Amino acid sequence: MTAVFDFLSLFRHRWLAAIGLVIILIIVVAAILAPWITPFDPLKIDAIARLTPPNAEHWFGTDHAGRDLFSRVIYGARMALITGIGVVTIALSFGVLLGILSAYYPPLGLVLMRVVDVLMGIPALLLALAFVVVLGKGLFNSMIAVGAIYVTTTARITYGLTRKIVAETYIEAVTSLGASDLRIMRRHVLPNLVSPLMVQATFIFAFAQLSTASLDFLGLGLPPDVPSWGNMVAETRRYITRAPWLLMFPGGAIILTVFSLNLVGDALRDRLDPRFKDDLAKW
Amino acid sequence: MGTYILKRLLAAIPTLLIAAVLVFAFIHLIPGDPASVMLGDMASSEEIEALQKEFGLDRPIYEQFVLWFGQVLQGDLGTSIYFQEPVLAVIGEGAETSLFLALFTMILIVVIGVPAGIVSASFHGGKVDQSVSGLAMLFASIPTFWLGLYLIFTVSVTLDLLPTSGFPSVIESGDLSNFRYLILPAITLSAPNSALVVRLVRAGMLDTMREDFVRTARAKGLPEWAVTIRHIFRNALIGVVATLGFTFVGLVSEAVVTETVFALPGIGRLVVQSIARRDYPVIQGIIMVVIVFYILVNLIVDIVTTYLDPRVKLQ
Repeated sequence: MTAVFDFLSLFRHRWLAAIGLVIILIIVVAAILAPWITPFDPLKIDAIARLTPPNAEHWFGTDHAGRDLFSRVIYGARMALITGIGVVTIALSFGVLLGILSAYYPPLGLVLMRVVDVLMGIPALLLALAFVVVLGKGLFNSMIAVGAIYVTTTARITYGLTRKIVAETYIEAVTSLGASDLRIMRRHVLPNLVSPLMVQATFIFAFAQLSTASLDFLGLGLPPDVPSWGNMVAETRRYITRAPWLLMFPGGAIILTVFSLNLVGDALRDRLDPRFKDDLAKW
Repeated sequence: MGTYILKRLLAAIPTLLIAAVLVFAFIHLIPGDPASVMLGDMASSEEIEALQKEFGLDRPIYEQFVLWFGQVLQGDLGTSIYFQEPVLAVIGEGAETSLFLALFTMILIVVIGVPAGIVSASFHGGKVDQSVSGLAMLFASIPTFWLGLYLIFTVSVTLDLLPTSGFPSVIESGDLSNFRYLILPAITLSAPNSALVVRLVRAGMLDTMREDFVRTARAKGLPEWAVTIRHIFRNALIGVVATLGFTFVGLVSEAVVTETVFALPGIGRLVVQSIARRDYPVIQGIIMVVIVFYILVNLIVDIVTTYLDPRVKLQ
């Protein structure tokens, strides 16, 4: 319980970040409860109601197939949540593993960090697209493709942080007491990595939304019939002059989500141990 | 300086080799035999065999790598399956659009992002700083494709001020007014990147402010503007140069999306089209070109940094 209060105290003087946190909670609840709170089936085609502007029945209007946009945007939150969790899981598990091993075994680190540097030199979306070419389209593949971008940054950050932690006197002390590498990594390094990586995870979650939505928009992410926010904006292109609401609502959902996550991430970072701040990406 | 540049050049070689291995691995990781994948379902076995010979696919993998890398070093990035032309020539056709787009975008970033970052840092913690930082964060949260479509909807469709898509060549026609086709794309592409630059410039300025020489400058009674311009900014400039260099390379990322939204005949759109066409040599070629570009920018940034900051040389 104290942990919760501790976390909430971060937002005491930051009302914007507090609003961001509330918005994220609403989005998460909406995503989970989607089948019960949506007024329509997000996939149900209704040719008569096509391109209806927002009204009392269809709050966000309908799309070119007469599907209810409000219901689709709510289901879109589900896809956003799933892809976000997937990308963060991939990025953290591989990134942390590579980072710690590189910091612990310098010869390995020399090679791995060189590879990471090269991969970080490839513009993010281009790297993701290369993965899509190799793996193919689909939910898991786009998670892996976008996750790969952040495996490199996470590995780099973990590497820097771990080297700092390992240089501390208490690590020297436990080493001389005969602790094994594995024990030091588990008991001393990992716990210290938790809070900086939490901040990192928030930003990854945020920017993963933009990257996966971009893949969907390019037609290289989720199948077109899946109601993700990126797919919805992509479908809109031909109807933009007649139905601007098709652009505004799914796009607004993406912006609101990413902006809220960034605000929360920023608040978290400010409370971080100053020793570790420089290692995190400046964003 | 000469030896320093030479050392830097030598240090770039392992990076280039790693990059080459990764790019080479890329095309071999695509499921299925490259030759039959490229030729499609209709190809006869003779055609596949001929292509395999042409690519040297019948030889051991390390020999293939050496062969391929040797060709890359000579500027031969292979042949496009779709165009039946050298990959480098295909990429070259998109270069005009992409380079002009990048140029205009960089101008916008320098004009908007850099000053905003300096102002933000100068008033750090205050209302101005909070507004600028908040706005930067908002712009970084807007998907590029959405901003592009939104601008098309408001500026091109509703207000009818600028063209919605395409970019007729300026070099071929000599018609400079064609640049108006790039105004909205450049704004779209600069938005998220300016936001990033604002944050990085601000952070760089704040780091410099904590340096001892800034305290000395203040202590000897210099007016605040002189401290900001002469001491803080000039030193933070080194970081700004690096930031702008890497932003330039990073533009490729969002350019893929921007060029698709505005149907610009550039390299970014070529990536997306080549994926749809399964024209893998072109994708591979673009990635290779971008990496070489990245290594070059890295090198230039290093050299400029050394030039700007004599302390770097000593280290």
